[in-house]
Amino acid sequence: MATYLEFIQQNEERDGVRFSWNVWPSSRLEATRMVVPLACLLTPLRERPDLPPVQYEPVLCSRPTCKAILNPLCQVDYRAKLWACNFCFQRNQFPPAYTGISEVNQPAELMPQFSTIEYVIQRGPQSPLIFLYVVDTCLEEDDLQALKESLQMSLSLLPPDALVGLITFGRMVQVHELSCEGISKSFVFRGTKDLTAKQIQDMLGLTTPAMPMQQARPQEHPFVSSRFLQPIQKIDMNLTDLLGELQRDPWPVTQGKRPLRSTGVALSIAVGLLEGTFPNTGARIMLFTGGPPTQGPGMVVGDELKVPIRSWHDIEKDNARFMKKATKHYEMLANRAATNGHCIDIYACALDQTGLLEMKCCANLTGGHMVMGDSFNTSLFKQTFQRIFSKDFNGNFRMAFGATLEVKTSRELKIAGAVGPCVSLNVKGPCVSENELGVGGTSQWKICGLDPTSTLGIYFEVVNQHNAPIPQGGRGAIQFVTQYQHSSTQRRIRVTTVARKARFLVSPECKPGTNSGTVSWADAQSHLRHIEAAFDQEAAAVLMARLGVFRAESEEGPDVLRWLDRQLIRLCQKFGQYNKEDPTSFRLSDSFSLYPQFMFHLRRSPFLQVFNNSPDESSYYRHHFARQDLTQSLIMIQPILYSYSFHGPPEPVLLDSSSILADRILLMDTFFQIVIYLGETIAQWRKAGYQDMPEYENFKHLLQAPLDDAQEILQARFPMPRYINTEHGGSQARFLLSKVNPSQTHNNLYTWGQETGAPILTDDVSLQVFMDHLKKLAVSSAC
Amino acid sequence: MNVNQSAPPVPPFGQPQPVYPGYHQSSYGGQPGSTAPPTHYGAYNGPVPGYQETLAPGVSRAPPSLGAPPATTAQTPCGQAAYGQFGQGDVQNGPSSTVQMQRLSGSQPFGSAPLAPVVSQPTVLQPYGPLPTSSQVTAQLAGMQISGAMAPAPPTLGLGYGPPTSLASASGSFPNSGLYGSYSQGQAPPLSQTQGHPGAQPPQRSAPPQASSFTPPASGGPRMPSMSGPLLPGQGFGGPPVSQPNHVSSPPPQVLPPGTQMTGPPGPPPPMHSSQQPGYQLQQNGSFGPGRGPQPNYGSPYPGAPTFGSQPGPPQPLPPKRLDPDAIPSPQLNELPPQQKTRHRIDPDAIPSPIQVIEDDRNNRGSEPFVTGVRGQVPPLVTTNFLVKDQGNASPRYIRCTSYNIPCTSDMAKQAQVPLAAVIKPLARLPPEEASPYVVDHGESGPLRCNRCKAYMCPFMQFIEGGRRFQCCFCSCINDVPPQYFQHLDHTGKRVDAYDRPELSLGSYEFLATVDYCKNNKFPSPPAFIFMIDVSYNAIRSGLVRLLCEELKSLLDCLPREGRAEESAIRVGFVTYNKVLHFYNVKSSLAQPQMMVVSDVADMFVPLLDGFLVNVNESRAVITSLLDQIPEMFADTRETETVFAPVIQAGMEALKAAECAGKLFLFHTSLPIAEAPGKLKNRDDRKLINTDKEKTLFQPQTGAYQTLAKECVAQGCCVDLFLFPNQYVDVATLCVVPQLTGGSVYKYACFQVENDQERFLSDLRRDVQKVVGFDAVMRVRTSTGIRAVDFFGAFYMSNTTDVELAGLDGDKTVTVEFKHDDRLNEESGALLQCALLYTSCAGQRRLRIHNLALNCCTQLADLYRNCETDTLINYMAKFAYRGVLNSPVKTVRDALITQCAQILACYRKNCASPSSAGQLILPECMKLLPVYLNCVLKSDVLQPGAEVTTDDRAYVRQLVTSMDVAETNVFFYPRLLPLTKSPIESTTEPPAVRASEERLSDGDIYLLENGLNLFLWVGASVQQGVVQSLFSVSSFSQITSGLSILPVLDNPLSKKVRGLVDSLRAQRSRYMKLIVVKQEDKLEMLFKHFLVEDKSLSGGASYVDFLCHMHKEIRQLLS
Repeated sequence: MATYLEFIQQNEERDGVRFSWNVWPSSRLEATRMVVPLACLLTPLRERPDLPPVQYEPVLCSRPTCKAILNPLCQVDYRAKLWACNFCFQRNQFPPAYTGISEVNQPAELMPQFSTIEYVIQRGPQSPLIFLYVVDTCLEEDDLQALKESLQMSLSLLPPDALVGLITFGRMVQVHELSCEGISKSFVFRGTKDLTAKQIQDMLGLTTPAMPMQQARPQEHPFVSSRFLQPIQKIDMNLTDLLGELQRDPWPVTQGKRPLRSTGVALSIAVGLLEGTFPNTGARIMLFTGGPPTQGPGMVVGDELKVPIRSWHDIEKDNARFMKKATKHYEMLANRAATNGHCIDIYACALDQTGLLEMKCCANLTGGHMVMGDSFNTSLFKQTFQRIFSKDFNGNFRMAFGATLEVKTSRELKIAGAVGPCVSLNVKGPCVSENELGVGGTSQWKICGLDPTSTLGIYFEVVNQHNAPIPQGGRGAIQFVTQYQHSSTQRRIRVTTVARKARFLVSPECKPGTNSGTVSWADAQSHLRHIEAAFDQEAAAVLMARLGVFRAESEEGPDVLRWLDRQLIRLCQKFGQYNKEDPTSFRLSDSFSLYPQFMFHLRRSPFLQVFNNSPDESSYYRHHFARQDLTQSLIMIQPILYSYSFHGPPEPVLLDSSSILADRILLMDTFFQIVIYLGETIAQWRKAGYQDMPEYENFKHLLQAPLDDAQEILQARFPMPRYINTEHGGSQARFLLSKVNPSQTHNNLYTWGQETGAPILTDDVSLQVFMDHLKKLAVSSAC
Repeated sequence: MNVNQSAPPVPPFGQPQPVYPGYHQSSYGGQPGSTAPPTHYGAYNGPVPGYQETLAPGVSRAPPSLGAPPATTAQTPCGQAAYGQFGQGDVQNGPSSTVQMQRLSGSQPFGSAPLAPVVSQPTVLQPYGPLPTSSQVTAQLAGMQISGAMAPAPPTLGLGYGPPTSLASASGSFPNSGLYGSYSQGQAPPLSQTQGHPGAQPPQRSAPPQASSFTPPASGGPRMPSMSGPLLPGQGFGGPPVSQPNHVSSPPPQVLPPGTQMTGPPGPPPPMHSSQQPGYQLQQNGSFGPGRGPQPNYGSPYPGAPTFGSQPGPPQPLPPKRLDPDAIPSPQLNELPPQQKTRHRIDPDAIPSPIQVIEDDRNNRGSEPFVTGVRGQVPPLVTTNFLVKDQGNASPRYIRCTSYNIPCTSDMAKQAQVPLAAVIKPLARLPPEEASPYVVDHGESGPLRCNRCKAYMCPFMQFIEGGRRFQCCFCSCINDVPPQYFQHLDHTGKRVDAYDRPELSLGSYEFLATVDYCKNNKFPSPPAFIFMIDVSYNAIRSGLVRLLCEELKSLLDCLPREGRAEESAIRVGFVTYNKVLHFYNVKSSLAQPQMMVVSDVADMFVPLLDGFLVNVNESRAVITSLLDQIPEMFADTRETETVFAPVIQAGMEALKAAECAGKLFLFHTSLPIAEAPGKLKNRDDRKLINTDKEKTLFQPQTGAYQTLAKECVAQGCCVDLFLFPNQYVDVATLCVVPQLTGGSVYKYACFQVENDQERFLSDLRRDVQKVVGFDAVMRVRTSTGIRAVDFFGAFYMSNTTDVELAGLDGDKTVTVEFKHDDRLNEESGALLQCALLYTSCAGQRRLRIHNLALNCCTQLADLYRNCETDTLINYMAKFAYRGVLNSPVKTVRDALITQCAQILACYRKNCASPSSAGQLILPECMKLLPVYLNCVLKSDVLQPGAEVTTDDRAYVRQLVTSMDVAETNVFFYPRLLPLTKSPIESTTEPPAVRASEERLSDGDIYLLENGLNLFLWVGASVQQGVVQSLFSVSSFSQITSGLSILPVLDNPLSKKVRGLVDSLRAQRSRYMKLIVVKQEDKLEMLFKHFLVEDKSLSGGASYVDFLCHMHKEIRQLLS
């Protein structure tokens, strides 16, 4: 097993890819029987400090329908200077530049360690980074002030040649012209009227004039910079002043009313502006909003305060009158932005909901960020915002734009779909399956905003029928080609080519992934063990969860849960060892042992449960779940719990109510929250002030340890988690109590002895009950 | 009471009357009755009604008839006889000068006298008292007659025009005729005389005038005589009578009023005088005599018309010539001389002369204040400078009526066809000597009003039951007096505190409005001015934007302020625009103004709230910076397209957002062809002129502007439009909003800074500085029997009674037409109350009330004697100018002529002494009606010349709609002032001459002005010295034609001319650009266009021709 773990880890590090099954079933039927689909998690831009980009262009397969990129899996005839495409078997001549190659003089893309390689494209114009701030002015004074400061600060973080633009909105939408001296000039739009892109461009005067002036000095930028988007170095001072002078929306808000906020139109104008000026160029629209849109297209709630914003309850009752329309509006915008390669960030800071539910697609479809906070005047927002402009080891922003992900498969596989921050480019091809999982029906997706952790789940389908299984020795290969605009404004292509095969007759110890040995597709029926061993339960859990969340967006919550349950039961039936009708005999192998537990926590997670969450929160959680990498996703599914005590070094403990002990400090990381929880005794000690006494310095250290660890997590994570420091009996302790497995509740308190843990007041089933039930169902022949 | 009182006096009068034939008696009787009323005095109303009643019965009519007789001046022997009887004849003929003299001296008493009688008994008494000494009766009679003749006649004519209906209604108001008649007659005479004189010649004044006047009317040989002749005599008589002592005057007045004078005179001038009087009498007798008894008599006389015809028969020999205008080929010259010769050696141009009429009125009435205490008295002409003392009726500066004597029945009104209309200028500016209306604050309870008709407390309300209740003078409802308003009555039934309360003693006053009178039950915030500047290519290139921005910097310090307020409460905002709109945030806290561009012109809105409308002083630095930068920002613009409707919309929305009323100043250059609401096409098509489709040129292209205007009015958003077109801009459409919101339109074709800067800046300054009322609603209430039915002016009406004015300034007038809906009572007269609810420029909500009492008559002659031609023309012009929107121009013109003919024919038939049908007899008060009407018919709107653009016509049409009487007067009949005739030292304006080329001497220099244009005409053989001292060039040929500025030279002549130009400009609400025209120069064509007595190039008839035509029409009607 160790070898598989190593193999998985090694692959992840090198290629940023994790498959649910590292050995593939040989036919469609087999695949179906394996319950968990063949899929992978791909982190296209996984940071590879050890991988310098090559400064030339990739060599493509000459078959027009293939165009796969030369990779280490290709057969090469060094003498004839030919190479055979491993996807379509087309034989290709090497280009002239490759005349010198030989076995000893291989280009990087042919070396096995370069299964992932990055090319820098030299031709084509270099496009500047573009940042368009869309700022809500219906904020409280101090909120606005804080936001203004954050924005001003961000100017200093941008590269000097980046183009920036500013749109402010409240009741009206103002597009600020940044080039003028003296009088500051802005174009104003009414917040109630939806405008087509053409209208917006006409009204902004982008269609004809302004061009001559720009052409007068074409050297400055290859792209025509409009009056509204100017290089930061030119208008740094102007913009800083402009931001400084921003006033709260001056229109009076009478008592009992919400301010009129035209978020929908503002976004529409932002999208239209970029569409008109920089189509197909990476750009980032950053929406800062302090409340729900209350007028115009995309309005989420009316301006009457007495009518609260929709809740899940309202939605279930079909009582959210603006939701459908608003969602449609934002979807339309998101699609337009995505088409043009622009991504939309949403920074929503308010105590109440801000309409993220409706607006989520803007971030989800374009790969933008979504940040939710209580106020712009919090470190959560400030640091999160600052972190967007963090740089990597090369001094480049950790962001990429306008990416296109293309997936090529060998003929045994077809692409069923993807789940992640992407939109379909609707490129049909022979390798596209008719069955869709996630966003399907295409072999290419657009990902307008990418960062090194952005991760997509990609789902495949085995083509071969049961009676014509994949022939022995067949090897499935997949190539991921990601073209994107690097933050240094270069265009780059990252190519990852992976292959997996079945270990039919080959022992698991055999090093997978190489060419050696006899190869055949696994016959799941007879070689279950081997396949079992190649199961990546973590990846599988995340991939299943993504599918579940994806379904939850469109289906009723209970249906999704039922579907998940059924999958789990089927998996257990398939891979469990048991005697029929004897639950006690049920066993799972190591490679499956954690999977039910993941599912248990997933069922309780905010991604599938909406109880106790507002629609906005659900959207927010789901947004992040659909883009984070495997590790983070797992944390989200099953939070990590560390225990600090005098009994030993900090250790991870079970996410269980039994872990809540009086003499422990607990640190829980749910990704969205960092909770430090002092046990009853510890809390009393602290209250008594022992930590300040020199003789109890060790207690002080104990108190400090989780704080330090928490800081470490806080430093690294995006978005900044909510940091909660609480203690036994504290109101905020609910964050912990709601996550742990309720093994002890008021119902079973006395059966469990009183020594351990803290009872959770809930009717939720505990993991134990869940497992018992699962076993019973798995062994039952009724299923 | 009244009746009784009146009754007794009658007899006495009657006695005196004997001298004069019966009619006097009647009239006198009436008056005497009035005299008795003194007791009534206490209550103005009381007495008046008394008068009327008494008079009304046969007597009153008689007097009017008297009026008529004078007309007879017509040559008829009778007329002469009359003269003889009167003695007037002597006066006039012989010592015209003396007559005048007498008049003058007498004028004062007259003035007073007439007033008294008309308005109320008391006044009557007073005047009478003094005058009568010799013989009260006669005096009174005189007064009566005079007044009657004057006032009524002219005004009615005016109304007559188009719509017969209106005519009818108008004619209806005669009730007071008796009193009025006499009264007006008195006045009339003077007028007539003057007219005659001026028309004729300077010398005329004395005797000649009369004669001349007679003759002139006959423009054609015959006409002149007939027209003026009668008048003259009348005048002559009247004149003397008026001024003089009632005695003398009395007879003359009769003559005059008769207007009928016209008829006879021509034939035998000499006899005229004598004949006139007789004529008068005759007529009176004829019509009145019968009339006296009962009205029916009237009827009889009408039918009797033929008899008249027969009467004329005798005189015919002579008259025929004169009468047949048509027959007379050449104008005055030919005919006049003969007439003159025949008559009194009167100057050929003896047809009624506007100049003479104006001059006479100035001389007669200019020196005495006009006291408004008396009901139904005709005020001096608009061209006369006079002071007004408010004693219970609104000053004529606020309200002028076509007739101050309204027929009692609608039948009468229909018969006379004289429109009954009032030209109201609610916020008129007053000369410094006159106090502006007092502001009355009734506290929280608000102004006291009648519960039923909602009329406001006014001097005519009758307090009863010891002061605990009052009876509404409009609807007769009896209301309780609220306790806090209670006051005891004195023995005359008048409140003890009447003189302490403006609303009980004055004709005009203001109430402070309570919150109930405010929109949304909220006191208004101070209004705002928004300057909206076109910054398209044309505006930049012409230098307009730079000029304007520079000017605004200083002009903003001169915003109107209330009373002695330190600074104006008005806030200002700025917008520039071309295809899109730019709003400016000029908040005081900003270092730099901020520009906000709104390009969504299809759906206009205001992008900012705070900082758009600011206090000038607080934001001065930012505003100055803005005004500095605007010309720079757009200096390179290449945008030629503009929008228009969205601009107004934006201003309106801004005011709405700021929750205030206000005014938009729009500076616009071109046809709005950019894609936006209100987009216009160039649809100028001169081919449409004189077709049925011509009216489309005056109609707006799209209904969008009406809708927009409606919204503006609802918001109290007034729009002033300054146009700077280089070509067709469709003024007809662009003016819709200013027109409906009470705004003004200024047009500067082909604007160039060098040439038009002065005019534009002057207009702009005046427009910005003038006091404006905002968000106003005007309602005219009338006493039972008549009601306001039609309104003309710059305003919007959403129902049939309320005139809504987004803005109203001191130059704007509203003309209101009245019709009968019941019989009027001679005794109680007719009351008008105009209430204007508005927001002052400091944001105070106020009610301005104007009250006016008119007499009612049962005799047509009274109507004709108490008319005012200038007002009549004002009404008729507005009526016609509105008519062109819906009817072919020809139809409108014909209707005007027909109405005028009907008015005059009715007079001739019912009031004039019988005379030859060939004689043209004009009522004294209306003797200028033909000449003025001809001017209206020849105006650019109704008969455009080749050089008049469609825009010009629409512009003028729009301007006239809200002109007051003085403006229309000079607009239609321009003033022509000879500059070198009078001694250089004289500081007064030189006497004007008639607007005819024949009056121009090529050795002289003339100024011509019509309120919009100002020409300096230089004769070809003008003295070199004059040329030198005016133009600083050595010869005529070196004068630059078209020069617009006179060089500043230090010599008396130059100073005087420039001073005169300045003073003329100061008199007008718009700056008149000077154009120097040389005789025989190209530009002279333009100048000649304004010589309105001549034939115009576009086919307009000359005065004489028109008079002939008119006469023909009348004869047709009579036969």
